[in-house]
Amino acid sequence: MIEIRNLTRLYAGMPVVDDVSLTVERGQLLVLVGTSGSGKTTLLRMINRLVEPSSGRVLIEGVDTATLPAHLLRRRIGYAIQGHGLFPHRTVAQNIATVPRLLGWPRARIAARVEELLDLFQMDPAAFRDRMPHQLSGGQAQRVGVARALAARPDLLLMDEPFGALDPLIRAKAQADLKDIQRRLGTTLILVTHDMAEAVALGDRIAVMDHGKLLQDDRPARILTDPATPFVADLIGTADRALRLLSLIPVGAIAVPGEAEGAPIAPGATLRDALAECLWSGRSALPVEGGGVVTLDALRAQARHP
Amino acid sequence: MTGRILLAGAGLFLLGFLVSPASFAPLFQPFTRNNAPAIYAQTSLLSLTLSHLAIVAVAVAASTVVGLALAILVTRRAGREFLPLARTVTAVGQTFPPVAVLALAVPVLGFGTGPTLVALFLYGLLPVFETALAGLTGQPPAIIDAARGMGLTPGQRLWQIDLPLALPLLLAGMRLTAVISLGTATIGSTVAARTLGEVIIAGLLSSNTAFVLQGGLVVGILAVLIHHGFQGLENGVRRRMGLE
Repeated sequence: MIEIRNLTRLYAGMPVVDDVSLTVERGQLLVLVGTSGSGKTTLLRMINRLVEPSSGRVLIEGVDTATLPAHLLRRRIGYAIQGHGLFPHRTVAQNIATVPRLLGWPRARIAARVEELLDLFQMDPAAFRDRMPHQLSGGQAQRVGVARALAARPDLLLMDEPFGALDPLIRAKAQADLKDIQRRLGTTLILVTHDMAEAVALGDRIAVMDHGKLLQDDRPARILTDPATPFVADLIGTADRALRLLSLIPVGAIAVPGEAEGAPIAPGATLRDALAECLWSGRSALPVEGGGVVTLDALRAQARHP
Repeated sequence: MTGRILLAGAGLFLLGFLVSPASFAPLFQPFTRNNAPAIYAQTSLLSLTLSHLAIVAVAVAASTVVGLALAILVTRRAGREFLPLARTVTAVGQTFPPVAVLALAVPVLGFGTGPTLVALFLYGLLPVFETALAGLTGQPPAIIDAARGMGLTPGQRLWQIDLPLALPLLLAGMRLTAVISLGTATIGSTVAARTLGEVIIAGLLSSNTAFVLQGGLVVGILAVLIHHGFQGLENGVRRRMGLE
């Protein structure tokens, strides 16, 4: 569990992060979202002390991080950044092994961990282990960057715009994979982005920041339906908030008994997918795989502002 | 490809000439007058060349160690204020004429190799220092950020990240220093250092153009070979990192 208490960072007397308090539960995925200059990256970097707070504290499992040597603290916290920051003179395997090596893991354990991670990220170890970073595509380099951050099994992972350099198609896949891996490993994850769509797609919780202040910290659905300030409402945008709201709920959650025509939809698909399918195929109800139906009326009810 | 063939040709020519200078006498005969000898035979050209190379190697090694150490020092937090001083010292080393250094060093160190080493060391400091500095400071911010974020200590960052990434530029600095030193070392013979300058000076004193030519030719070919040797190393390191 991460507790951020009254954290403030001043630059030249001006607060960049202004008295922010937040708690992230174990296994939760918190997205920090805001425009550039909102202080979200500075807040993230104060957690692993790449930036020292001017005042306030960060507690990890009840331990004040200021009491630990910074480099030892950082070895316990995974860190992945935009543009991956892979070391260009080291192979993929050596890059992933960075933190385990610093921690003095035995060679065999490191090699096994590298294999495991490459498998986890769907990269064939035999093909990728000995490649240099410049021989990877953008998406592959990004995955290696995340694998490196996860290598020493950190309880906490920090990510700063990890998908910023990817094109939209690869980005959507990378987001889905990350969420899946985070679920499976139970890692607590704090991710910074300026993209509200990404925040809604990934976050268990979304914390919105502006001018160094935390404006709202809530579940994505609440952020969409109840923005705390006009700024938060602006950031969400009014054009497709109904669709974003639908994208948060799986079809299985609102399926009702019944019969319908045509191809069935997976229960794990989102209501947004179901709506799109209804509109595209001109149907007013879709059968759900494994039984039940989802109706257009039910979809409309879910999308309406409560 | 043509470059490689020319290079190999030059290398073979040099090797042949050093092993058996007398066989090349007809080549240099047209440059002599009054039946003067065409080939310098006072000392073996091979041993002069080896001595010349050894002096240059020691001087380049010393310039590299000190230049790199200075560059590391001024890029640490504690040493940052020494940057202007280090820049001045290396710049003065480069602008102070080596001949003057020789003249000043002889009373202290005596005749021989010592003054030459000092002159070459000072002369070669600037290229190594400046390129090492550029290599250590010009690294992509994302890599530095990642290294810090992973929990590398400043010492580990220096050895595992900064120095390996600065290596191509450092090699370029060493290449410049080696080529400059190779030519400059010839003046060491004015204070009795055993260098190829001996052949050139003998030629000047006896108005024997053939001597001047063969001394200059050996130094010139050595410089080209060493230049390409370093460049090959640089390119190898760069390719591995995907810089070209």
